[in-house]
Amino acid sequence: MDIVVCVKRVAEHAEAEFEVDETGKKLRIKGAAYDINEWDDYALEEALRLKERLGGKVTAITVGGDETEEVLRKCLAKGADEAIRVDGEAIEGADAYVIAKVLKEAIRQLSFDLILTGAQASDDSYALVGQLVAEMLDIPYATLVKKLEVLGEGWIKVHRELEGGLEEIVELKTPALLTIQTGINEPRYVSIMGIRRASKKPLKVIKAEELGLKREELGEQGSWLRLMNFYIPKVERRAELIEGPADKAAQRIIEILKERGLLT
Amino acid sequence: MRTEALVIAEHRLGALRDITYELLNLPRQLPDVSATLCALLGFNIDDLAKELANYADEVLYLNSEHLKYFNSEAYNEALTNLIKERKPRLVVLGHTSMGMELAPSLAVKLNMPLATDCLDVKSIEGRLKVARQFYGGKVMADMVLREAEGYIVTLRPGAIGPAKPRQTPGKITKVDIALSEPKAKRTVGYIEPPPTEVDITRSNIIVSVGRGIKDAKNIPTVEELAKMMGGVLACSRPIVDKGWLPKDRQVGSSGKTVKPKLYLALGISGAFQHIMGMKDSELIIAVNKDPNAPIFNVAHYGIVDDLFKVVEALKEQLRKLKV
Repeated sequence: MDIVVCVKRVAEHAEAEFEVDETGKKLRIKGAAYDINEWDDYALEEALRLKERLGGKVTAITVGGDETEEVLRKCLAKGADEAIRVDGEAIEGADAYVIAKVLKEAIRQLSFDLILTGAQASDDSYALVGQLVAEMLDIPYATLVKKLEVLGEGWIKVHRELEGGLEEIVELKTPALLTIQTGINEPRYVSIMGIRRASKKPLKVIKAEELGLKREELGEQGSWLRLMNFYIPKVERRAELIEGPADKAAQRIIEILKERGLLT
Repeated sequence: MRTEALVIAEHRLGALRDITYELLNLPRQLPDVSATLCALLGFNIDDLAKELANYADEVLYLNSEHLKYFNSEAYNEALTNLIKERKPRLVVLGHTSMGMELAPSLAVKLNMPLATDCLDVKSIEGRLKVARQFYGGKVMADMVLREAEGYIVTLRPGAIGPAKPRQTPGKITKVDIALSEPKAKRTVGYIEPPPTEVDITRSNIIVSVGRGIKDAKNIPTVEELAKMMGGVLACSRPIVDKGWLPKDRQVGSSGKTVKPKLYLALGISGAFQHIMGMKDSELIIAVNKDPNAPIFNVAHYGIVDDLFKVVEALKEQLRKLKV
């Protein structure tokens, strides 16, 4: 089973601080670690497990500059066979729609039974690129996949995670695209040895302009969405802050709970 | 100029979902929308059509056996035909497990620009402007959609309030559709979450942990606190993803919705999916190292500190009380 996995390098925001620059269109990010988007990591793991069970090839693909190659190297180190980076100025200002057009053209040239990607990216949370790629390639897709089973005869069965813990079971004809939800598996860690071995694996760079897309289909002009400006949301903090140290804070919490009759 | 908005109703297992009422409220906030249409797809759900007529000018009721269960292939085919015929200026769906399956496909097929996960939608000089979050809500952006004859947006659940009923119900139009059997996608059915050992929704006191717990081995110390307080232990999504606690302990839009007397959130940053599941708790106290964590926007009291220090200090206080 040949599988293409679409991955994205993201700034992990949990510990990061953000500022908007003078133009209002760029962010200054402080204290962020960059890594593979968490959802994509689960998608990669699922692809690797399928390959280990059924044979075939796993290709990781991303759209972005040089700096994104560290994420592809990581995919190779974990067990992907090949990696592709699509580069180009045409991507500047691109939204999910443009990224999907670029991925579609690049993936179209590969052989695949499945395309896996994360259900969303942690930075822009569009939850969109995968479905668009599938629609453009005219193949069936399912989103928010929590379980995947190969039925044979060109069909797969997946569980989709719906609201409230309910799961929807759907069967799809391959080739198909799935967007993977976190928790579907336990992604492996990479060893230093793995990274070293992976340095010999092929990482191909393609220019977006070479994929046969017209200029007006790329960049900001090819996008559905144009950024007007970023802003840091006003703190609408409702919480009354209880000052430390911890023992004093704990005392205050106990008082509040007592007042409300929550301690028996 | 065509100025109709088309809302795609969501229902599951015989009931309309809350998001539907929120979607129906959106067109009312856009002054240049003259009429709200609401598409209802399903099989023999006349009662839902009647209910929706209380909120829309016209309910377009697509009744077919092929639409009995949600199947994105069938739904997409039906909606593509409907939108081609009615040509609404704006199509509104939820940023939900259903909207995610439908909106991208419709956007490509109908060549309509799409903005997903919107918190707000405004129309300015015929263009559509949306507000979206980036980086888990640490950054916001105003974005404008490329000029087109029609647009699609998906609205984040809980972003706007539900619509109020109209004074007089709108009309219900049965739309005849000939649908083919889906070829590449078969809906098998649904699985309900298995009955749970501990029903956290029944507890008055919930102590909930998030990513800040760092390691599975730190769970017992917080569970002990929960017990001392007479409550139960719950958690946010990453804890279940990592397999540190079972799914029935998860609070949030894909887990349980809880309304306890006390919700003590420890090391939970407050992603909107989590907030959706606990925001109506009577008292929310949050402990987080990051003073900018969105959890402090919904908490009544906040402590910016290491959760383990606070847990130990609370236990100490509770022990004193017992003596």
